[in-house]
Order: sequence, then C-alpha cells, then structure tokens
Amino acid sequence: MMNPKTQNKVAIGSLYGIAGLVVLILMALLGYILVSGVPQLSWHFLTAPAKAFLEGGGVGVQLYNSFYLLILAMLISFPIALGAAIYLYEYAKDNWVTTTIRTAIEILSSLPSVVVGLFGFLFFVVRLNLGFSILSGAFALTFFNLPLLTRSIEDSLRTIDTTQREGGLALGLSRWETITRVILPAAVPSILTGVILSAGRVFGEAAALIYTAGQSAPALDFTDWNPFNISSPLNPMRPAETLAVHIWKINSEGIMPDAKAISSGSSAVLVLAILLFNFAARYLGKRLYKRLTSA
Amino acid sequence: MFLNNDVTAKTAMLERHIVQPADPEHPTILSTEDLHVYYGKKEAIAEGDLRFASNQITALIGPSGSGKSTFLRSLNRMNDRIATVTGKIMYRGIDINQPDIDVYEMRRRVGMVFQRPNPFAKSIYDNIAFALRLRGVTDKHELDEIVETSLKQAALWNQVKDELNKSALALSGGQAQRLCIARAIAVKPDILLLDEPASALDPVSTSQLEDTLLELKQQYSIIIVTHNMQQAGRISEYTAFFNQGRVLEYDTTSHIFTNPQVQITSDYVSGNFG
Ligand SMILES: Nc1ncnc2c1ncn2[C@@H]1O[C@H](COP(=O)(O)OP(=O)(O)OP(=O)(O)O)[C@@H](O)[C@H]1O
Ligand SMILES: [Mg+2]
Repeated sequence: MMNPKTQNKVAIGSLYGIAGLVVLILMALLGYILVSGVPQLSWHFLTAPAKAFLEGGGVGVQLYNSFYLLILAMLISFPIALGAAIYLYEYAKDNWVTTTIRTAIEILSSLPSVVVGLFGFLFFVVRLNLGFSILSGAFALTFFNLPLLTRSIEDSLRTIDTTQREGGLALGLSRWETITRVILPAAVPSILTGVILSAGRVFGEAAALIYTAGQSAPALDFTDWNPFNISSPLNPMRPAETLAVHIWKINSEGIMPDAKAISSGSSAVLVLAILLFNFAARYLGKRLYKRLTSA
Repeated sequence: MFLNNDVTAKTAMLERHIVQPADPEHPTILSTEDLHVYYGKKEAIAEGDLRFASNQITALIGPSGSGKSTFLRSLNRMNDRIATVTGKIMYRGIDINQPDIDVYEMRRRVGMVFQRPNPFAKSIYDNIAFALRLRGVTDKHELDEIVETSLKQAALWNQVKDELNKSALALSGGQAQRLCIARAIAVKPDILLLDEPASALDPVSTSQLEDTLLELKQQYSIIIVTHNMQQAGRISEYTAFFNQGRVLEYDTTSHIFTNPQVQITSDYVSGNFG
C-alpha cells in the first residue's frame, strides 16, 4: 500500500513521463522532416513547375493548387458547418432527429478519408461528370471537413455561457439577434481557431484528393486569370495535384532523379504551412477578439 | 379587492396573503392571475397571484427551490421554451402571457438582471449601446447620452467614464453587475426584475447595489429575488414569501418581518427554518 502522497508523486511522475515522450516523438518527427527538407527549399523550388523525368523540378503549381483547393473547400464548407452548428446547438431541441444528425456527423467524421475520396470519385467525378477537377476535389474535401468543422463550431458555441444568451433575450433581442450579435462575436476566436486547424487538416489531406482532384498538375499560366481558360490558375475544372498528393505520388512512383529531395522539400513546405496556419490561428484569434470585444 | 373573488375557496386562502398596494400614488403595474408554471409535468408554481406596485421595490423571498426564480422568469417570458406558463400576467391592462404578444418588445419594458453578472464580450460602451442600435438609435450624440445617463443611474459612470472602450469583461463583479443594470435600464423599461443580483458580490458592492436600487425605484418598479433577509428589510416596501411553489404570504415588508401570519414565514424570516 502506498500512501496518498507517494501515490500522487508516482502518478505525476508517470504523467510527466508520458507527456515528455509524446513531445519527444513529435519533436523528432518534426525535426527530421525539417532538417532533411529545409535545405531543399529555394525560391525556385517553391515556384517552378514540377518535372516528370528530369532533375530540378519545383512544386509551384502543387503549392498553388493546395491553397486554391483549400480556399474553395473552406468557402463551401464553412457556411454549411456554421449553419449546421447554429441550428444544432442554438435551435434544435434534443430529440431523435438531432440525435440522428449528431450520430451521422460522428460517423462521417470518423470515415477514413480514402473512403471519402472514393465516394467523391464515384459521385462527383463520374456521376456528376465533373472529371478529375478542382471542383470534385473541393467537394470531396467539403465532405471530409464538414463533420469535424461542424463539431468544432458547435463546441465553440457551447463555450459561451447560457447567461450570455439570456442577457441578450432579456434586452428584447430575438434569438437570431442574440446569436449573431452576442454569441457569435464572443465565439469568433474559438471558431477561427477551429477553422484554421481544420484548414491544416485539409491542406495536408491526400487520400481524399487522389481520385477527385487528380494526380496531374498541368502547367499554369499565372498571367491568365480568366477562369474559363484551361491554363488559368482559377479554372475550377482542371485537374489539380496538390502538395500532399505530390508527396504521395513521388514516393510511390517518382522517376525523377531527385525524387527523394523533392519529397523531403515538399514535406517541409507542408509542415511549415501547417505550422503557419496554427500560429496564424492564435494571432488572428486574439486580434479579432480584441477588435470585436472593445471598439 | 382580490383577484379571484369568484373563486371563494381560493379567496379564503388568498385573503391573508395578497395585498393590493394601498397607496394610490403607487398603483398596480403588474399582476399575475391564476399563474401556474410547469417544468414538463412537474408543477413549480402552483399558486402565485400577486400584484406589484409601481415605483416600489417588492422582494420575493423563500427557501431554495420554492419557485422564486421560476416565478420571476415567467414575468418577462424568459421561461418560454423552458416551462409551460398558464394564467394571466397583466401589465398595464394587457395580458403579456398571450402567445401573440411581441415578446421582444415586452422584454424591453420588463427588463431583467441575473444572479451572475453577464456582461457581453464587448466594450463597456457597446454593452449598453448595441441593443439600442439594433432598435434604430444610430445618432451618436443620443447614444452617448443614453450610455452616460444609464451608467450614472447605475452608479458606475464615475468609475468607467474614461475607459468606455475597454472590454466589459475586465470589470470587477460588482461593476459588471452595475453594467448589467445600466444595460437593462438603457432600453427604458418600466419594470426591473432582479434575481439575486447581489449574491455574487462582496458586502461593499452589495450595499452600493442596494443604494442604486433605492435610487432607481423613483423611475422603475422593481421586483427582486433575494436570500438575504436584511436586504429585503433594507430596500423593499413589499415582500412575498414563497414556499413549495406557493405564495404563502404577501404583505408590506414591515408586516412580514414583524407580524407574519404564517408560522413558516415567521420561522423563515427569523432564520429558524428547517
Ligand atoms: N429548468 C428547469 N427544469 C426543470 N425544473 C426546474 C428548472 N428550473 C427550476 N426547476 C425546479 O423548479 C423548482 C423551483 O425552482 P426555482 O429555481 O424557481 O427556485 P428558487 O426559489 O429560485 O430557488 P433558489 O433560491 O435556489 O434560487 C425547483 O424544484 C427546481 O428544481
Ligand atoms: Mg433562484
């Protein structure tokens, strides 16, 4: 029998140990990716188009595609997720309908992304005849993103105390006014954090895109912004390999001589971008909160 | 004289408890008739027929779970969607418990301050101004003026006049509660409902809050739930004693304290309860 004090010490000790181990693994992983990848980075690498057989290709198009897909996917999924979360948390009564919706969201959020990708392939690419395209990819990413984003926004709403809602209602505000004028502004930092974190997930997603946005990255003409032209960066109907898909592809079938270096460099870019998202999330969240709460 | 003369059995029971404010200077502004409140099947208010005098402070006292909050929250329909409220709530001759009443408009006439201070995550200024803006008051001067008078009435102006743009979340508990009062009176209500507004405050803030309420009753009719007998004694003209979902006794505060008609009331106000 240990006395409570020793017990406590042992517990704290092992928790510290576990936490330390987790941090160590993460650092090692991150360190490995950065150390092997960062030396490959150059302006040329970040902007040049990829080469299939020769050395010296870049990831410019893939990087651009990743951002473009991300923005499109977010533009589609954020309003839907916001609406769903507001409905579920602020309006819906607790009954079998909402329980069903919640269960569905739960299941969707644990769906392997490759399944989402195959669904996207069968439905958007084949059935709706959108082909391997940015649009197919963005829809697939929406499916992939929606459940988690909805849940994260709902959690953000949950962190706002009910007394805030009552305060709004007691002033004669309607429920909608209370939600839009009191609750959402107060929840913005936490919603934003959720959005940016999910953006990180979307940015790094490969499996859902392989069969939807495709595995080729036609060269883009960055002077042509007419979305109807095939080489225009804005064209949503062109196939668009993203950075994450690029990494997967090089590693499975890359035949350029510097495949290893490109893969390392791309991984570093991916990781750095996601780190950037996270820091941006914090910074923007704080800034926005300040602006919304005192002005 | 009584609200339900026709129901003789009830009248006999209520005779003791219900007073019509005798003072013609303070006519009835709000009254409840045959009010019942149910949470699902559970009846939380079984008997709560009261008349409230204008420009006076009425205290609702009683043991925990006796239904004071339930009653109070029914008065401005804050229990909509939470509980079923039957009976009439007469405000200036209108039954505001009707489904077709504009609840939002009504709540601007019957304001409410809660137990825990709940300032919005906005600036001090906006806490007061934003509800007004939503109702179409956009003139900066007018807004400034309303913010200033409300804060003055809530006795907060001197402490915050130089930092109106600061977040209200940085205020102390007592200050935050005053801000909530300022916010409530900025929309110019007739009646202020307060549910244990001082229970989260220290003694100094509490006494300041009481002074504020005494000031405010010049302009507003105040109904306040309190657990603090001394507080009820210090500030209220009338006191209603709740027990198990019924109003057992309703009289002038001095009567309730010095000459209660019901044994439970007597036990409660003297602190011998339970
Ligand atoms: N939202 C609710 N749902 C179900 N029952 C409730 C709810 N709110 C209150 N009740 C019940 O109604 C009864 C009266 O509660 P109420 O909060 O009105 O009492 P109170 O007099 O304000 O008590 P206290 O002094 O502790 O604040 C209690 O039995 C309580 O459990
Ligand atoms: Mg209560």
